[in-house]
Formats: sequence, C-alpha cells, structure tokens
Amino acid sequence: MDFDPVFLSRLQFAWVIGWHILLPAITVGLAAFIAMLEGLNLFTGRDIYLRISTFWIKIFSIAFGMGVVTGVIMPFQFGTNWSRFSDATANVLSPLFAYEGLTAFFLEAAFLGVLLFGRQLVPRWAHFVAALMVAFGTLLSSFWILSANSWMQTPAGYEIIDGRFFPTDWFKVVFNPSFPYRLAHTVVAFFVTTGFVVMGVGAYLMRRGRSTEEGRTMLSMTLWLLTVLVPLQIFIGDQHGLNTLDHQPAKIAAIEARWETERQVPLTLFAIPDDKGERNLFAIDLPWLGSLILTHELDGEVKGLKDFPADQRPPVAVPFFAFRVMVGCGLLMLGLVLFGGWLRWRGRMDTSRAFLTTTQIAAPIGFVAVIAGWITTEVGRQPWTVYGLLRTAESVTPSLTRSDVVISLLGYIAVYLIIYPAGLFLMLRIVRSGPSIVADDGAEIEGGRPEAPVRAGAVELREGEVR
Amino acid sequence: MSQVLDFVPIWTLILGMAVFFYVLLDGFDLGVGMLYGFAPDTASRNAIMNSIAPIWDGNETWLVLGGLGLLAAFPLAFAIIIPAVYFPILVMLLALVFRGVAFEFRFRDAEHKTFWDHGFCYGSAIATFAQGVVLGAFIQGFEVTGRQFSGGSSDFLTPFSLLTGFALLFGYGLLGAGWLVLKTEGEVQATARRHGRMCLVGVLVGTGVVSIWTPFMSDAIASRWFAWPNVLYLAPVPVATAAVAFFTWRALDSASEIRPFIGAIGLFMLSYLGIAISLFPMIVPYRFTLWEAASSERTQAFLLVGTLVLLPVILMYTGWSYWVFRGKVRADVGYH
Repeated sequence: MDFDPVFLSRLQFAWVIGWHILLPAITVGLAAFIAMLEGLNLFTGRDIYLRISTFWIKIFSIAFGMGVVTGVIMPFQFGTNWSRFSDATANVLSPLFAYEGLTAFFLEAAFLGVLLFGRQLVPRWAHFVAALMVAFGTLLSSFWILSANSWMQTPAGYEIIDGRFFPTDWFKVVFNPSFPYRLAHTVVAFFVTTGFVVMGVGAYLMRRGRSTEEGRTMLSMTLWLLTVLVPLQIFIGDQHGLNTLDHQPAKIAAIEARWETERQVPLTLFAIPDDKGERNLFAIDLPWLGSLILTHELDGEVKGLKDFPADQRPPVAVPFFAFRVMVGCGLLMLGLVLFGGWLRWRGRMDTSRAFLTTTQIAAPIGFVAVIAGWITTEVGRQPWTVYGLLRTAESVTPSLTRSDVVISLLGYIAVYLIIYPAGLFLMLRIVRSGPSIVADDGAEIEGGRPEAPVRAGAVELREGEVR
Repeated sequence: MSQVLDFVPIWTLILGMAVFFYVLLDGFDLGVGMLYGFAPDTASRNAIMNSIAPIWDGNETWLVLGGLGLLAAFPLAFAIIIPAVYFPILVMLLALVFRGVAFEFRFRDAEHKTFWDHGFCYGSAIATFAQGVVLGAFIQGFEVTGRQFSGGSSDFLTPFSLLTGFALLFGYGLLGAGWLVLKTEGEVQATARRHGRMCLVGVLVGTGVVSIWTPFMSDAIASRWFAWPNVLYLAPVPVATAAVAFFTWRALDSASEIRPFIGAIGLFMLSYLGIAISLFPMIVPYRFTLWEAASSERTQAFLLVGTLVLLPVILMYTGWSYWVFRGKVRADVGYH
C-alpha cells in the first residue's frame, strides 16, 4: 500500500463520506417514521403517537443539522481532491449533484421549519403534510445522489469526446442499470437502520421503567415494520447482487474471493485472500452454495479474478470481509426480528430481559451494515471511478502532493472526532430524558431564547399573534 | 439541442446571483459571528446569536448551491480553481463546521458553552479570512497547464491574498454590524454602530489598496479601467463607491436603523461589480472565458429546467422567512 496522494485522497473521501452517510442513514428513516407517527396521531387521535413523534423530532433536528454541515464539505471534495474526475464527468454528473442540492434546499426551506417548530402554528393536517413532505424530500435527495453514485458504477447514456463524458440520453443517465437496485437497497437499509435505533431506544426505555408506554409502542411498531423490511432487504440485496454479477463481474469475484472461472463454485465463508499469490489461504468452503447464491443455479458459472488483467482487479480482502460483515449483520438482524416475533406470539415480548437487552445493544447494528455495504460496493468498484472507463489514479487532482493530503486528512479527522462524539452525546441525553419529559418542552426557554435555535420561530410567531 | 439559445449568459447570471447572495447573506451572519466575540456579557451574546439563529443555515446553503452551480455550469473553472485554493477551502470548511454546530450545541451542552462560544466566534472569523484569501487568489490568477491547475498548494499565499483576507474580515464585520443595528437595540446596538465605523474604515482602506493594486497585476485590467473611453463609462463606479461610503458613515452616526445595513450592501454590490468589470469574460482569470469553461448545452439545459422552477420558490420562501423573523430580537424575552 503506497501512501501517495491518490490513496490518501481516497482515505480522505472515505472518511468524510463515511461519517456523513451515517446521518442520512438515520434522517431518511426518521423522517418517514415521524410522518407515520404524525399520520397515526391525526387519524386515531391518540396522544401517545404525538409524544413519540415530538421526541424523535428533537433527535432528528440534531442529526439533520449535522448532516447539513458535513454535507457542505462533500461537493468541495470533488474539486479539491478529484479535479480530473470533475473535469471529465461534470457534464453528466453535475446536474444530478445540483438537483440533489436544490432538492435539499427546497425541502429545508419549505417544510422543515413547519415540522420542527410549527406544531402550534398550523392546523394538524398541515403539520402532517409538512412531515410527509420532509420525508419525501429526503427520499428525493437519496434518489439524485444514488443515481450519480450508480452512474459511476454502471455508466450509461453518455459519449466520450477527448476523454470527457458527455450526456446523450438523460433518462439512461439517471436510470442507469444498477440504479433501481442500489436505490431500493440503500433506502431500505436506511429504514432498517432507523428501525433498529428506534427499537433499541424503546427497549432501553422499557428496561429503565421510564416512559414505558411510549417505549413499548416504539418497540412493537418497529418490530412489525422490521419483520417486513429485514426479509425484504435480504431479497433486494440478492437481486442487487445478480445485477452486479451482470455489470461488474470483477467486483463479485472480489467479494467472493473467486480466482478461477468455474461452475459449481463453493461459498467461501472465511479465507485470507492473497492478492499476490492469487489464491485464498485458510479457506473454509461450502460446496455448490456459491453458484446457487450468485447465479441461482447449482451449475452456474462464476467468473474468477484471473479472467481480469491484474491492473483491472479491485483489492480482494476489503470487499470480501466488508461484505461478510454486512451479511453477518443482516443475519443477526433477521435472527433478532424472528426472536422478537416468537416472543410476541408467546406474549413475552415486554418481559423478556434477554430480548430487551439484546435489542438495546443492537441499536447501532444498521450503521455497521451500511458502512460495510458501502465499503463493499465502493472498494469493489476500484481501480475505477467510472467503472471500466476512468481510473481512480487518473481522477485525482494532479497538483496535490502527499503532504497536502496528509494535512487535510488530519484536519478532517480532528474536527470529526470532536463534533461526532459531541452530537452523539447530545442525542443520548435526549434519549435518557425520554419522551414524556420532552413532550411539553415547547415553552422551555433558556437564556432568553428557546433552547434550540430552530424553535425560536415558534416563540416569535406566538408573540406576533398576541400582538 | 437548441442552437438558438446561448445558455452561458443565463448561467452566468444565475451563478453570479447565487454567489452574491451567499456573500451578502452568509457575509452578514459570519460578521455577526465575529462581533459576537466582542460582546461584553451573556445577555448581549444571546441577543446577537438570536438575531441570526433562524436564518443562518439557509444562508449557508447558498454556498453549496454556488459550489455545485460552478461545477455544473462551468466545470473547467471548478476543476482548476478549487485545487488551487486547496488549503483556504479546507480551512473554510472546517471553520464553518465548528461555527454551524455551535448554534445547536451551545444551547444543549451547557457544560462546554465557552468552548462552543469560541468555536462560533473564531470559526466565523477564520472562515471569513479564508474566503477573502480565495478571492485574492482568484484575482491573482492561477498557473494552468492544459485543463488543470499546475501550481503548488501554497501559490495562493501572497501579500495580495492576505490583504483581501483582512479586507473581507472588515467587510463582513461591517455587514454584521449593519445587521445588528437593524435587529438589536440599546447597548448592543450602540456597540454595533461603533464596530461598524471601525470596520468601515478597514473596508475603505482595504478596497482602496486592492483597487490600486489590481491594475498593476494585469495589463488587461489596467486598460479595461483606464483606456479611453472606458474611463468615462466606468468612472461612476469609484465615484458611487465614495458616495455610498460617505452615506454609510453618516448612517452609522445617525439614528437610522436600516441605513447602515443598506450602505454596507451597497458597498458590497459596487465591489462585486468592480471585480466583475475587471475580469469579465474570464471565469478562470487570464486563462479561460465563461464560454470556454462552460459545460455542454445539454447539461446546462437539463439543469436549467429544474432551476427555473425551484429557484424562484426558494427565493420567495427565503424572503418570507426574513419577513417572519423581522423586528428586534431581545435578550430578555421569556426569562423564567
């Protein structure tokens, strides 16, 4: 591994986007969850949904704020460290990025304010609509950014003139071959991630005997949702895998650490892939299963890495292990959901300490799976930024020196290691106080202002009404 | 695609507007952030932060739109300019992160309030200085080979770019002071007027030196301003600047609460116009014109469709939210 500007720039991009992706992983899911709670409250009239919603809106507002400031950094990365990539792909990709920015701005401008501080100011249905629109907006943002990401994996609808990409068909650009699968897989991953967080917090509240009614509702609702979503995600993941086998066979070969092109390939549960020796050390193989899972046929042929020139292969160990972490998390999630379903059926869901404790510990499991999945797909795309067409080494800013990138990387590391723990600490503090206490804090004012800036508006407007 | 319509002027206008909105809007709230550091007590700090709390994140989003707009409309400029100002951009981004989270964290994390207070104030100042340095580096021009920046990462650092960095500190400070005069009263307002006058002096010295220095750096700029008959058409710009500066000085001394802010905006408009006159039609100064750096027509057309729908709505909403939060902020509202 050579610590050149290319590798360091990759590390830096991985660092800033890896932290950033954790925020949409929770805000996309929470926005939908909040909209659902607001809807339930509107149609059933039960206050408990309102208390739970208000509680999660608080956490949502911190995560969203952090998402904004870490999101500002992202577009500049393309310029600072990946200028040749920007020059080569901007004609195709930049509108997708720009639409993401416009959408996010539009959403933030139009509906977030109403959702965060407008409960007393607008009719209940309007608050529900605002929640729906925020949820819709986060999905729209995901749509554009994943379209751009998918185009880098499976480019379509372009022509190349003088080494630069030009659009020929926008529909094909946006709806490129891997996009529908990636969009579904990522959005469901975000929902599942949020589901486990909500379920874990519910279990925590029940264990502590604090706001147990709200905790139970969170747990029960989310368990139903996850009972649908986790199996659905496994199915989508399988479909996404078939699509990848079609379009990026070298990535699949790396994920499965397959060196030879064969039929009836085994499933390698564990191995230490040896890139230089082109073989696996200490492999534990299950016969036939590889072909069955990858091609859905016992006799299916899977391409091996040796079919690809050495300079067109991704590194093997990283996607291999990252994929196993992701799938491992998926299986743990499935196990926990089935366990919870069984307990519910036996009427012991509320009382099983083992289940509540495990659920609480499992709260961050979705984040692990999201990061592992993202590493799998992005490292598996190497050595390309635009798959098969533009090399990563030819995408980096040519003027950068090693020390330039070392300094910037250290700067990003230092700042993120301060703000993320601080943000997490504040969110955990909200969790600790629980929904019952949070619910009536609308009037709580400290130091001449509401305790959170976003709520300042509510106070301003209420005064205005009196005037 | 349409051969009839040249999208470049449209995008130049949109991007020019987006950048100016950013400079104006985030300019005043970065300025407010700097003045925050000079506030004598918690009550005035609260009032000062209150004055921008509901609007700052909307202001900052213009930075994203400006960056993405540059990438989308003039990708070649993006690919050359951003690497050339690698470190100022890095410093600006990190400073903005600190300053942004300080809003939320300061009120939820009472134990570390002083830390976030400092993050807010120094973050604002450092981000401003970095932006000023970027401006200076932009006016200086960049070393380009082919379609890429080919200089070093410290090329940006010159006496000229440091000067523009300091000048912008005063500039945003002036905007911030104007905003505070508008939004606060009593002692906080009086302090803002005093700070405003100091910043105005800094701004005038800064723009004066920059205006004299710039023509010496480029013959093209010198002949643009001083060749006959241009000097005749363009003379109103420096004259108007002097008039607006006088107006602002008087406004800061008078009882008017809105005029200092208007004067500061006027000074920024004229400076912006001055830079545009100097550099037009270059987007990568002295190397590539707007047309040479533009993205393909299909790209500009595809993005224009959505932008023309979304941008007016965004502008209307922005205006509306400023209307909602109009009037004075007070430090003592709602004390228990």
